[in-house]
Amino acid sequence: MIDVALQLEVEDLYSRYGALLDDGPLRDWPDLLAEDCLYLVIPRDNYDRGLPLAIIRCESRGMLVDRIRATQETIMHEPRYLRHQITNVRIVGGDARRLDVVANYCVFEVLRDELPRILNVGRYVDVVQRREDGTLEFKEKRCVYDSVLVPNTIVYPV
Amino acid sequence: MTGAVNGTQLIWPAEGNTRIPYRIYSDPAIFATEMERIFRGRSWAYAGLEIEIPNAGDYKVTRIGDTSVVITRDENGDIRGFVNRCAHRGVKLCRHEFGNTRFFVCPYHQWSYDATGSLRGVPFINGVKQFGGMPDDFDRTDYALPRLSILTRNGVIFASFHHDMPSLPAYLGEVNTQYFDRVFDGRALKLLGYSRQLIPGNWKLMFENIKDPYHASLLHVFLVTFGLFRADQKSQVRMDPEGRHALLISQRGEQKASAATRDIANLREDFVLQDKRLLDPVKEFPDDATVVMQTIWPNLIVQQQSNTLALRQIQPRDPGSFELHWTFFGYADDDDAMTTRRLRQANLMSSAGLVSGDDSEVIKLTQDGVVRHPDDAGVLLMGGRDTSDTQHMVTETALRAFYSHYRSVMGFR
Repeated sequence: MIDVALQLEVEDLYSRYGALLDDGPLRDWPDLLAEDCLYLVIPRDNYDRGLPLAIIRCESRGMLVDRIRATQETIMHEPRYLRHQITNVRIVGGDARRLDVVANYCVFEVLRDELPRILNVGRYVDVVQRREDGTLEFKEKRCVYDSVLVPNTIVYPV
Repeated sequence: MTGAVNGTQLIWPAEGNTRIPYRIYSDPAIFATEMERIFRGRSWAYAGLEIEIPNAGDYKVTRIGDTSVVITRDENGDIRGFVNRCAHRGVKLCRHEFGNTRFFVCPYHQWSYDATGSLRGVPFINGVKQFGGMPDDFDRTDYALPRLSILTRNGVIFASFHHDMPSLPAYLGEVNTQYFDRVFDGRALKLLGYSRQLIPGNWKLMFENIKDPYHASLLHVFLVTFGLFRADQKSQVRMDPEGRHALLISQRGEQKASAATRDIANLREDFVLQDKRLLDPVKEFPDDATVVMQTIWPNLIVQQQSNTLALRQIQPRDPGSFELHWTFFGYADDDDAMTTRRLRQANLMSSAGLVSGDDSEVIKLTQDGVVRHPDDAGVLLMGGRDTSDTQHMVTETALRAFYSHYRSVMGFR
């Protein structure tokens, strides 16, 4: 049996996650992850072969905050829009406090002089947990991407 | 003076090595000549690490220039290389990137080759029920795959399309060999993983970028902000006698404003990391250098930035784009803390790098800027007009040296 309320609650977390990255405010995005989170953007080949290298590796919310600040203040990049499509959200395990959740994602990127393109496509392999205040957050988030070649560079988190 | 390029003419500007004619970033005929003379020419191209193919029968597929090649370990444990193209009808033979096999079998007519590239099997070679079959004078030894010369040094594999190549030390020169051996010192390596980018710019822009310390302390606000690479730090640019390889060597400083940071418009002196584990370098090499960026002609960058070690392999696709393949590694005797440190510092580099992201963006902007103006030229005057080594990083000397060598290989006098 699907716990419909829980399913919708989890999907809402993913929707807010995508909306903050796409429409902002970006500074609020780290709050969706736990203080002691693990956030990885990792090529599928590495993930499948057990190779640990991730192209983004944040081991705390502080590192997420540092990353966002760097994207806004230090990394030179052309202006761009992102748009997340997050589908097939499935709770695949866990208990009342910790849920194993997987989902598919596709991130479109729009540069001003170019047609929209797929920046990154893959799946989220996540652990979602319930906070003291009852809301959900990501304890672990692994963005495992199938698209081997990154078109130029990934600036914002996916 | 002109250099003929398959029907086109390139007139290198009279100012010589202090100018880069923009045509070399976009002309398809020049690109084709580069593939022939540089990548399939007299060069040792990076092809992989021995730990990627540890066992007999292991193979990997990579590209040298725009040619797909297979690197194998044969049954004697020797490393071999051949072109990834069936001798029959030109089909790309091997479709997996890594694997283990005794025979490479073409999917089309199932011609099969062993790990040395020798043709071992041809179906219906004697016909079927006395029909067909190859002519009597068909000799399998005439159809081996084109073989590469292979060389390894301390775990790193190089390949060449030529068969009378010098040793790696002779190829790199004394100083570049010394620094190559600094990272590849004979210790067993540990593979940490890969990442890949498709960068919409000419492949030479990647080399220019890594040979150019002038930009590093201006463009890379992150590096400068955290003192990882800055114009006022003790540093050197060193090259081989031919100018084809180069080393940028630097020593880490502090996060502070100084005369050298005055010109840096975006310095973020107030940027304090919330989680300082991102930049927690430890000294691991005998010397005091904290950054050594080595560019090895024609396709390799060896990177040591603090504790992040990586190889960047340049794979040109066409005049306007190249793939950059990153291989991150450590040493087999690293403890868990060191491995984690290397993985954290990798945030600065690769396909989402806090620092290298600036470079891929600026390479794209360069290509965007030059592609419609082939008859104009870029300027390389910082630090003078010569191509000598320097004891500072306010210079474009390694770019002048690179183009001096490039011109001689390409015949652009």
